[in-house]
Amino acid sequence: MSGPHGGRPAPVIDVRAVTRSYGHGAAAVQALRGVDLTIEVGEYVAIMGSSGSGKSTLMNVLGCLDVPSSGRYLLDGLDVGRLDEHQLALVRNRRIGFVFQSFNLIPRTTARAQVELPLSYAGVRARERRRRARAALDLVGLSDRADHAPNELSGGQQQRVALARALVTAPALLLADEPTGNLDSHSTREVLGILDRLHEAGRTIVVITHEDEVAARAERVLRLVDGLVVSDRRRSPASAPAAPEPVAAGPLVEGPRR
Amino acid sequence: MNPVEVLRFAVLGLAANKIRTALTMLGVLIGVGAVILLVAVGNGSSKSVQASIQRLGTNLLTVSHTAGGGRFGAAGQGGTLKDLTPEDARALVDKTLAPHVKSAAPVQTTSQSVTYAGQSVTVSQIVGTTPDWFATTNHDLGRGALFGADDVDSRRRVAVLGSTTVENVFGTENPIDKEILVGGVPFRVAGVLRTKGGNGAADSDDTIVLPVTTMRDSLTGYGSLSAIAVQATSSDDTTLAQDEVTSILNNRHRITDSAQSDFRITNQQSLLSANDETNKTFTVLLAAVAAISLLVGGIGITNIMLVTVAERTREIGIRKAIGAPRGAILGQFLAESTLLSVIGGGLGVAAGLFAARFEVVGITPVVVPSSVVGSFAVSVAIGLFFGGYPAARAAALRPIEALRHE
Repeated sequence: MSGPHGGRPAPVIDVRAVTRSYGHGAAAVQALRGVDLTIEVGEYVAIMGSSGSGKSTLMNVLGCLDVPSSGRYLLDGLDVGRLDEHQLALVRNRRIGFVFQSFNLIPRTTARAQVELPLSYAGVRARERRRRARAALDLVGLSDRADHAPNELSGGQQQRVALARALVTAPALLLADEPTGNLDSHSTREVLGILDRLHEAGRTIVVITHEDEVAARAERVLRLVDGLVVSDRRRSPASAPAAPEPVAAGPLVEGPRR
Repeated sequence: MNPVEVLRFAVLGLAANKIRTALTMLGVLIGVGAVILLVAVGNGSSKSVQASIQRLGTNLLTVSHTAGGGRFGAAGQGGTLKDLTPEDARALVDKTLAPHVKSAAPVQTTSQSVTYAGQSVTVSQIVGTTPDWFATTNHDLGRGALFGADDVDSRRRVAVLGSTTVENVFGTENPIDKEILVGGVPFRVAGVLRTKGGNGAADSDDTIVLPVTTMRDSLTGYGSLSAIAVQATSSDDTTLAQDEVTSILNNRHRITDSAQSDFRITNQQSLLSANDETNKTFTVLLAAVAAISLLVGGIGITNIMLVTVAERTREIGIRKAIGAPRGAILGQFLAESTLLSVIGGGLGVAAGLFAARFEVVGITPVVVPSSVVGSFAVSVAIGLFFGGYPAARAAALRPIEALRHE
């Protein structure tokens, strides 16, 4: 693992010896067995692993949707474990944008209203909310579908609405849990294209995936097995935006264990 | 997050399932409407009974004979009971012994058939009395003239008819100065009473009033009077007047012990309050039934809110994941249940007030303002209280648990 370079700001994510177990006693399941992880500002990280490897649990912890059983998690230098319920809601609202595999849009609600929702909770005024929602929908290329409810949108469009919703508060961290898992190849390319552009713009992105095509876009790939980080490979940051495909796949699959 | 936003989310939430929302509101509507209407019906019936008692005069005392009064008196029934006589009635009007008695009229009642132009009609109440009776019992003259004291003294055969009797006997013909046969005895019609309006079964306008002397001479004989109608100087003095009447009659009938008493005094005022008690019980009973339906409406809200929360757990998870604070979730669901109960309750008030404008089983409902305010307040409180539990449960969910819910 690479430590923080001198002179850089505090890492966006600084996870130390985090564990998470479910259940009690003999039936207890250890989903995370002590994960250490540091992610710097502007990094584009993919977390890979088979199902049951604990990658979703890690994602939920990173997104403040779940709390670790032990260990420390600093988000932007802030110890999340010490926050109360209300402060956690604020953190989720202001610092984290979450994209889910199953889109998780609110039923019977227009795209515009979906995107405005985090701003409503943040207490942004209606006019400002509308302006920023329009900008976010523009960014994902859906300004013409703003008045459509989720059931009137394709899967790819729904995921782009979810992306706009995650981005509209300008969070420090964008977390995506299998964002392309339910999408066809065309929609996958669209969503990945948006993530690339966000990365170029300097946004910190963490993507969970089991698809090499998705991981190939990232400049750093973590591999999780049985609740432990087993590999952490970094491609040369300079080459990240350009021509990723040929280089990526090979080393990722056979990458040496740490 | 401002209250307008919370309200907007609540309205959107309710609009998402219109039929369920409408049915829940209907439950509250029926509850609130029923409380208002049933309390109004109870109140209305109480008011109408009170009004009819008041029409008789609240300062009226009725002295009746213990043996019930009768044509042939109680003298035959053991000999100890003395008759109520017209002299007793006269003795009650005494400025020194009975300063609170304004007037006293002997009342002799019977039932006879009346014949006019060969047609015979039965009149339910024929009253023999003195002119004081008209004022004492609030009977006003409609047409013609009442009989006077000299008519009583000289035993003239004159009659004053109630409006229903006039209609039954004469139809549209003018009855004044016509001759009718009452129990075979000819009487001249002197006047017609103003319509009083009946209450319930007995039509108080189906009556004939005759001078008591004439009546005892020719129709009923000289037994005990049916009653003596006594008017107190005011409705506040009825108790004093009652004491005075009791002492005069005890004296006249030589009664030393109340067990020997051969007369009974009923007081309209006490009748009124007794009736009031009965009606209060009746109203409370109706209100209790209505309150149960209101409670059922409240349970309906709780049920719907529980279902809503269960059904939308995932949505709650999404909202929490994008940073909804606990207060916003709680506010949204509380606002939904409160809206349900406020709109349902409001419509219930409207429905109750509307229905109270119609007669219900012969009773004109009189809306009690406190029942309107009370039932509306209770419905809103039910919304807040019963909606609060599911809302609090929803708000307390951890985002990841809520998100995993299917």
